[in-house]
Amino acid sequence: MFRTRTRSLVVSLCAAGLLAGCAGDGGGVQSQKLSTIIGRGKLICGVEGKLPGFSFVGPDGKYLGLDVDVCKAVAAAVLGDPEKVEYRDLNSSERFAALASGEVDLLSRNTTMTLSRDAAGGNGLSFAPTTFYDGQGVLVPVASGIKDLKGLAGKPICVESGTTTELNLADRMREQNIPYTPLKFQTSDQTFAAYLGDRCVAVTSDRSQLAGKRTSFPKPDAHTLLPVVMSKEPLTPATTNGDPAWADAVRWIVYGLMQAEESGITQANVDAKLAEAKANTNQADLRRFLGVEGDFGKQLGLPPDFVVKAVKAVGNYGEIFDRNVGPASALKLDRGLNRQWKDGGLIYSPPFR
Amino acid sequence: MAPVPPADPAPRPAPPPSPPWWRDRRIVPWVVQAVVGLLVLLLIAFLLGNLVRNLTAAGLLLSWRWLQQPAGFDISESVIPFNAQLPYWRALAAGLVNTIRAVLVGLVGATLLGTLVGMASFSHNGLLRRLARVYVEVVRNIPLLLQLVFWYFVVFLSFPNGVAAIQLPGVVLAKSGLYIAGFGEGLRWMGPTLVNGVWQAPVRLSVEFGALLTGLIVYSGAFIAEVVRGGIAAVPKGQWEAASSLGLSWFATLRRIVLPQSLRVIVPGLNTQYISLAKNSSLAVAVGYTDLYSVAETTLNQTGRAVEVILVLLAAYLTLDLLISALMNGLNHLVQIRER
Repeated sequence: MFRTRTRSLVVSLCAAGLLAGCAGDGGGVQSQKLSTIIGRGKLICGVEGKLPGFSFVGPDGKYLGLDVDVCKAVAAAVLGDPEKVEYRDLNSSERFAALASGEVDLLSRNTTMTLSRDAAGGNGLSFAPTTFYDGQGVLVPVASGIKDLKGLAGKPICVESGTTTELNLADRMREQNIPYTPLKFQTSDQTFAAYLGDRCVAVTSDRSQLAGKRTSFPKPDAHTLLPVVMSKEPLTPATTNGDPAWADAVRWIVYGLMQAEESGITQANVDAKLAEAKANTNQADLRRFLGVEGDFGKQLGLPPDFVVKAVKAVGNYGEIFDRNVGPASALKLDRGLNRQWKDGGLIYSPPFR
Repeated sequence: MAPVPPADPAPRPAPPPSPPWWRDRRIVPWVVQAVVGLLVLLLIAFLLGNLVRNLTAAGLLLSWRWLQQPAGFDISESVIPFNAQLPYWRALAAGLVNTIRAVLVGLVGATLLGTLVGMASFSHNGLLRRLARVYVEVVRNIPLLLQLVFWYFVVFLSFPNGVAAIQLPGVVLAKSGLYIAGFGEGLRWMGPTLVNGVWQAPVRLSVEFGALLTGLIVYSGAFIAEVVRGGIAAVPKGQWEAASSLGLSWFATLRRIVLPQSLRVIVPGLNTQYISLAKNSSLAVAVGYTDLYSVAETTLNQTGRAVEVILVLLAAYLTLDLLISALMNGLNHLVQIRER
């Protein structure tokens, strides 16, 4: 008796909810997440939080980095203000649960895109375009004299638990039949503390992360990256499978940053470009891209000029890269695979049409 | 005294009219119990229904097939053989065995330490008594996680490595662990040897295990010391005085007279401490020891099967704790006073 009544109550509530959902149809995009974020007035972004170059807290207490700039670009595009972001530091084991439970809206936390993380039967994530093509590397003290993976035979290697790094390490060592001892830690801080405490002769992670962490070592020059690249690590922002419209919005905001670089639109000249597009009706591509004509923004549930807002906030992809991890930063990483496709890299935005 | 003549039986009062059922002492408690029970059942049904509904909506019905898939990750130290090609359930089993190993050794160590410190707080030696107090007060007022991190990163990782390791006959203490001589391959007696900059020996205990064990023993030892102290204090003073008038020494009094009597007060308290120790062992993940929780965390990350992995964890720790509790209840039964 009680049970049937409860169930019928639930069913009728669902039906009511469904109807409400249907009633809103036709007015553009239905994204629960997007309306939640707009209602809340800020974006909650999951980041690593302690990784120089990608997401870390600067001297003035503000979050900085490539991953952080993606959060800012999304906040600027959706809410019109890059500072309306609340950052949550997540470790590698918490990140997917935090995203799945809705605790964070967007995961921009140097996360490798893989099949099992993407698949509905796996972690059920929905990946945006890759913002950093990385590979797994190994950092060793120069004094150890180790030159390749063979030199690590029988030795302890520090690794963060629950990462693809951990699996790749197991695979590569098994392939080459090199015995080793993995020492796993829950956070990157503990992992690197154990490495610096000399407990391991090597630490393995994404090459960019190793380069970033090395800048905060007491003696950065005493450590060197082995030339080996153990895996492909496309670091990619992610949302959940649950809200395709929100995933689309994030995807095209990130593509917008990449297309802006390709079209030569920078933080400095975006206003001039916008004025040029408004004045010149022949520049159809530019007009569509910057939201002067067409309804791309509306199709995504975003303001028409979302690209302008994003670029004005953080600059185009190239500017973000240079500022955070490129030559202008402490990491001094080469663009490498992260060049535009026209320059032989992998950064490629599909057309805005 | 003359027997009192039996009084005339008073006229029986007419039986009071039976109260309506909602005021009946025999019925009301049952109704209340039934309603509360029903509410609890409803809540559980709602929560389970909610879980199943949401998992179905996400296309993630409970499934256990992942247990058979190859784990793909390695475990640094395992009592039962394990490699990356073995299935997840083997990895979880290896983690469970590691947890049990830490808990068992921890229980014995903490009991010994706790008993000694508990006894020391009744010593005639003032220095020993105060040391015991200081140890208990310092240790139980600092979070265990902090202590584990201290033991691992500050103490154990400060040991010298390689050739510089502390070498005693048959035993080597290095940054990577404790190496003890034993029977190696082909049952040949082997001492610790340095091969290619890495120590090797038949018996090896990692510093991660050492740090976890030290942390657990020192922490639980402080609480057990208090339980033991309470137990000893519960034995009447007369027992001490009687023993010393018989000429028994302080230690003999404690061992033969006081401790046996205090056991029945100590054992129930120990039960709680033992269970805490078993649960606290899951903090191993902070010092890089691959216990059940650590393996489960990696498994959860690789498979995305959060609910199932957490269920496995819950079941494992619950079983472990219930087992400890059952054993301790048995022991408690043995040491209780048999009243006839």
